[in-house]
Formats: sequence, C-alpha cells, structure tokens
Amino acid sequence: MAETTAEAPVATKRPMARRGVRMLVLNFFRELTLVPVIIVLMIAGAIVNPVFFTSSNLINVAEGGSALGMVVVAETLILLTGKFDISLQGTFGLAALLGAWLIAPKASSGLGAELSPWLGLVIVLLVGLVVGTINGFLVIKANFNAFIFTLAMSILLTGLQLGWLGGQTVYALPEVFIYIGAESWFGIPVAVWITVATFVAAALFLRYHRVGRAMYAIGGNLEAARAAGIQVDRIRIGVFMIASILAAVGGLMQAGRVTAVTAGQGSNLIFGVFAAAVIGGVSLDGGRGRMVGALTGVILLSLVTNILTLSSISSTWIDAVDGAIILIALGLAKLIGTERA
Amino acid sequence: MERNSSTGPVADPAPVGEADHVSKSFGETRALVDVSLEVRPGECHGLVGRNGAGKSTLVSLLTGLSRPDRGSIRLAGEPAPGLADRGAWLTRVACVYQRSMVVPPLTVAENVFLNRPTSGNNALVNWRAMRDRAHELMLDWGFDLDVDQEAGRLTVEQRQIVEIARALSIGVRLLILDEPTAALEKAAVERLFEHVKRLREGGVGVLYISHHLEEIYEICDRVTVLRDGELVLSGRVRDVPQENLVAAMVGTAPPKRATEIEAVRKTGALGERRLQVDHLSVLSRAGSVEDVSLFVRAGECVGLVGLDGSGSATVADAIVGLVKPRSGTIAINGAAPRPGKVDAAFRRGVGYVPQDRHARGFAPQLGVGENLTLAVFDRFARRFGIVSFTRRDTIAETLVEKLQIVAQSLTQPVSSLSGGNQQKVVVGRALAPDPSVLVAVSPTVGVDVASKEALLDALGGARDQGVAILLVSDDFEDLRICTRLMVMVRGRIATEFDRPPWDRQRLISAVEGLDVAV
Repeated sequence: MAETTAEAPVATKRPMARRGVRMLVLNFFRELTLVPVIIVLMIAGAIVNPVFFTSSNLINVAEGGSALGMVVVAETLILLTGKFDISLQGTFGLAALLGAWLIAPKASSGLGAELSPWLGLVIVLLVGLVVGTINGFLVIKANFNAFIFTLAMSILLTGLQLGWLGGQTVYALPEVFIYIGAESWFGIPVAVWITVATFVAAALFLRYHRVGRAMYAIGGNLEAARAAGIQVDRIRIGVFMIASILAAVGGLMQAGRVTAVTAGQGSNLIFGVFAAAVIGGVSLDGGRGRMVGALTGVILLSLVTNILTLSSISSTWIDAVDGAIILIALGLAKLIGTERA
Repeated sequence: MERNSSTGPVADPAPVGEADHVSKSFGETRALVDVSLEVRPGECHGLVGRNGAGKSTLVSLLTGLSRPDRGSIRLAGEPAPGLADRGAWLTRVACVYQRSMVVPPLTVAENVFLNRPTSGNNALVNWRAMRDRAHELMLDWGFDLDVDQEAGRLTVEQRQIVEIARALSIGVRLLILDEPTAALEKAAVERLFEHVKRLREGGVGVLYISHHLEEIYEICDRVTVLRDGELVLSGRVRDVPQENLVAAMVGTAPPKRATEIEAVRKTGALGERRLQVDHLSVLSRAGSVEDVSLFVRAGECVGLVGLDGSGSATVADAIVGLVKPRSGTIAINGAAPRPGKVDAAFRRGVGYVPQDRHARGFAPQLGVGENLTLAVFDRFARRFGIVSFTRRDTIAETLVEKLQIVAQSLTQPVSSLSGGNQQKVVVGRALAPDPSVLVAVSPTVGVDVASKEALLDALGGARDQGVAILLVSDDFEDLRICTRLMVMVRGRIATEFDRPPWDRQRLISAVEGLDVAV
C-alpha cells in the first residue's frame, strides 16, 4: 500500500491538460507548414500582376481549385487507408461525359434522347459508384495491386471517354446539370461552397467519427486494426466507393464551369491530386495526414496555376514551372517535417 | 486505489483461462498432445519450452486464432466463444506479442480505445472523455505514459504498456505476455515486473512466456514446461529447482541427441586472427549489443549462441556492415573497413550467409548457376566486362558438387528448389569468392536433415581450409562444427565454452540466462 501511495503524485490532471493543448497547437502548426509558402506566393502574385488581388481573380482561383479539391478529398481518404486510386481522373471525366451525353440534344454531340437533367445527375453519381465498387472489390478483396489495377482502369475510362464520342465535345447542357459549376451563392461559386463543405465534413468525420479514426488505424497498422475488431475490408471498399463518387461530383463541377464536357476532361489531373495531397502532408504509406493539410496543398497548386497564367511566362513553360514549384514545396514540407518517415 | 482492497484470497478462484486436455495437429506434426493448463486470477503462470515445443500453438488456441482438435478451452469459467466471434474473444483474453500491435500515427489514448465507443453508444469520438479515461487508466495501474503522445514515438516498452492498457480497459482478465522482455533493457524489465505484480494484485491472470528462466523464478507463481507438444512438468515455481526445469525442457536424450554435443577437437596450430571485434555496442530493434569483444582465427569456427533478441544476430549484421555500431571496432584481416558499409566489408574478404534467405539470400527467379556466382562476376568476366558463360559454369559446377545441390540444371530458377537446396545455394554463394572470414547466421534453419548434414559438411570443409567462421545459431546441431562457443544473453557475452564437447544442459542453462559455473 505504501508503494501505491508513493506512486500517486507521478502525474496529476493539470499538466496533462496543458500538454493536451500544447499537442493540439503543435499538430495544428504541423499541418499548416505550407501557409508561409502560400503567403510568399500571394506576395509574388501581387508583384507579378496587380490584377491578382482583385476579388474576382481570387474567386477565380477558388473556383479553379474546387474541382481539383473534390478529387483531393477523395484521394486523401483512400491514401489514409493505405491504398491509392489513379482512376479517379478517369471517373472525373467519364462520369460527367456519360451524364451529359444522355441529356444533351443530338446537335451538340448528345445521344438525342434528351433525358431529364435530374436523371443525368443520377447517372453521374452512379458511374462514380460503379467504378468505385469495382476498384474497391478488386483491389481489396481480389488483392490486385492498387497501382497497376487503377492505372489500367484509368486508361480504360479515359479511352472510353475519348472513343465514345470520337473526341467530340458535348455542349448546350441544361441548367440543372451545370448548376453546381456555373452558379453562385452570395457572390461565391456554388462549386466553392460545396468543396469547402466537403473538406469540412471530411475533416470532422475523420476526427470525430469512429469509422474516420478506424481509417487511420487501418492505414497505420492493418494487422492491429484487424485485431481490434475493425471491419477492415468493408471500410476500405466503402472508401473507394465514396472517393469515386466525390470524383464524379468534381467532374460535374468542371463540366458546369466550362458548360461542356470535353473528351480530355480529367486527363493528367491525378498528378496534381497526388501532389496536393503529399505536399499537404498526407503520407503515401497510409495512416498519416489531415484534411487541413490537403486543403493547403490544393490552395497552393491553384495559386501557382493562377499566378503563372497572370504572369508573362509563355504558356509552353507553365508545366515546367509548375513541376519545379511542386518539388520546392515537397522539399520545404520535408524540411519543416510535415512528411515524416 | 480501492482495487487493492479486493486482493487477498478470493472466494471463487475460477481460472480466468483454462486449456482442458487440448490436442492440435498440423498435418503430420503433432503440435500439442493432451495439454492441460489453467491460469487463476491474480496468478502469474510461466510457460516455458524450447522453440517448437508448442507454446505458440497453445497461445493461438487460448486467443481463439485456432481451434483445438480435441479438448476444450474455457475462459473466465465459460466455454470459449466461436472462432468467428472476435469481439467476444477480445473481451476475455489479450496477448501482447513480440510484434507490436499499436497504430503508430494515432495517440496513446486512441490506441487504448481503438474501435471502441468513448461515450455512450455513440459513433462519434469524444476526445476529452477518451483522453481522461485513458489517463485515469494509466494512473490506476501505475503506468507513467502521456496519453496524448503519438504511439509511433514510443519505445518498445511503452508500446507494450499501451497494449496491456488496452486489454485492461476492455476488461480482459487473462493476459498473455509472449516473451515480453526479449527487446527490453534491464531497467525496463524491472519496470515490467512491477507492472505484472500490480496486475496480479488487481486480479488479472498472466500467462508469462519467456526463454529467460531467471525471470520465471522472479515473477511467476507456477510454471508449466512443454516439450515436443507435451506437458512435461507443471508446478509451483518454488517447488521446482532450476536443474529440474532445465532438464524438463531438454528432456532425456535420445541416442542421436547425446547430452554432449560432439564437436571437432581442433588440433594443431591455429592461424592468425582474421576477425577481431572490440567493445562493440550496437543499438538495434532486433536486439542491442553491449560491449562485445571476440575474435576468430583462421581455421576456427566460433559459435555465437543466443536467443532471439540476445544480440547475436546483430553482431553478425554489424560485422558485415548492415548496421552501424554505436561504438567499438571491427577489424577484418587486421584492417577496419568503413563501419556500416556492406561492400567495404565484402572487399575485405567477408562472406555472409544471411538469416532470412528469402529476403537477402538469393534472387529467386535467376538460375542456380547465376545465383552461385553473383559475388564473383569479375572472375569470369573477360575484357570490357563481358561474361564468359563457360567459365561461370565451371565455377558453379564445383560449388554444386561441393554442397551436393540437387538441381536439374544450372539454369533452374532457385525459387523452384526445395528449401534445403535453396539454402545450399545461399551458402555456396557466400563461399564462392573464397572469403577469409565467413559470417553465417542460422545457416541450417528450416532445412531437412540431409541438407543440414551437407551444409555443415561444407562449412566444416571451409573451416579446415583455413576460413575463419563465425557461426551465429541457436540450433545445437549446428554447433558440432564449432571449435569454440560464446554465449550471448541480453546483448552481452555471458559465457564462453572453449573445449568441445559441449554439455547440452550447461549450454542451455547459459543460453537461457541462468547462472552456471562453467
């Protein structure tokens, strides 16, 4: 008994509470390592072109990033569980295209059936669901390698998108279909509202829902998660499905923004998606990363694209500069310690 | 602190875990034969036995990972739940394996409450409640651990505590500790024992598996010994003298397995010191090494014997440059290669038979000939590095003959060979460059008897030709080619045997960390 009492004052409640707060603050800053980079970029943007700091341009940046942001949320969810999905870009393009094709008149490369635009929206989501289900089951249950399987799936989906219409663009889309990409609420595009809401919802879910925490456990130590009774496979497949649906919604935003679906919508999108997630601190090995970080990644990439467009850099050089800036951001993230081993 | 009032004799001492005449076979192998064992609340029950004695099988039965062929398992006085009902098993029994089961990116508190509701029956996580409850749990059981810390930064000792805390918070009353001290330092072991004592006071039954017999004497109330799947001894620890315990583990010797292991008596002069290790210290997850010094002379085979985690394999890793020592020197043929550089060690004439042949031993899809000669390309390369296949095949054929490798041709992929022949290829590859020092880690593990003989003969042959061999193994059959033995316990050289034959019993006592006069 004497021993027990002697041990009692080892830790009391107060320091523990203080430590908790300190951890929270520390964690918060770790996720926000990109903020200084973003500030520097904004200063650079203002110097490059005075148009940069106008509200219309900033709204333009947000709108440009919203479709990308949806796919980044999707990919981050999958990355956290320790897998990845390259075919999100194929879903991004094909889902919107199929929906548009079914509702657009023949004159604008549609099928001519001119189905209800509401049905078109359902089709878009359904394509996402189907692709996500196939990916999820085959990668998780049949144990296909996620990289090569979703790469092949991506090539297939993009190929379908191109072959279906022989490379033509579907346009003259009904208002309902392009609503989320073209309309604004209180001066801010609907797409931006939706993307921000999705980020917030995903962040809260990951932080406060048991399934969200289970996703971290699955990505962090699959065997431990299984041993704790977490339904590992069910959650991982579910995440693939949700992610593809989110990607399809992103495609819808893109279609609404340009009021058309091109045959090339979504191609090469996935590189930006991975870049945004990784520079935002999401680990490719699973289990590590947060939505706040992924969001800063999206903001950074969108700013870069915008500033490069505003600057007088020749458009043929934009990709090279883009790549260089991603590499620099990665290096910075490594230095500050976002991406820890 | 109310918990303490419930200690002392309990009215109903129903065992928290019980195996009742269980048997289990895997194909031809009888892993367990009619074994009965019970763990009472507040008791620490030691389970010992050499590798392959059936300890892991018993654990898998007790934790519901497999079902006994005969007999039954009872937990907390009730028949065990069905295998599919993981949830029910989780509330009754927990095992802390050597392999860590914590989730590194999550905090300690989250790991403790992994996949469990934190407030009411809600799907949402109440962070404050979770932290407070985890903190309370730590205080209750005397664990000094910050619950907000990320689990990935914890030491091995702290990770064990997380797993134990998780089990306790679920309400588990049977806790299985599977060699918990294998990777712990001395002070950490002491702290673990304190925790175990507290668990006992709290009415938890502990099944304590360890190779270190002195730990059994320090912490356990009763002990059960398994040998070849059978229960050979069970009783109160204080009634079982150490000699009996060791004798029960080793068993009476069958004709082939004499109590004395025959080994070569090296006659004649030994050569110069080819390998010299001085005051080597290495930090390693696989078993740290503390101030180890040894040397191997030409024509000598020194056996480095130790359990998993004793550091014997780490010494080998340091010599070939796979890990960088914290301090100390390693000299090969009188000169020290750059520490932590494998190619530097190989250039100094070190040959290496790795422990895990599948990971580091061979290229599975390449042919036998190619694998054997991987390290000696320069010998059969003509000008401009163009490979002469005839010369290569000559070298390979010599090795095939020397090691009695059974393969259809030199081009047969190594992956299609039997385990024994694969291992011969690994040893052949190490011998191909005529190393002056050969470091072999468990060279005969998992191979059939005939292959074992062939492998040991080949290594013995190399020794007779003047190669200095350091043989790291805990298989006593391997030790017959050794001329000297050094026993490692917890990272240090504990005992040295310098004259064969080796006394099996004394050797085991030394390996298990018991004090014996040699």
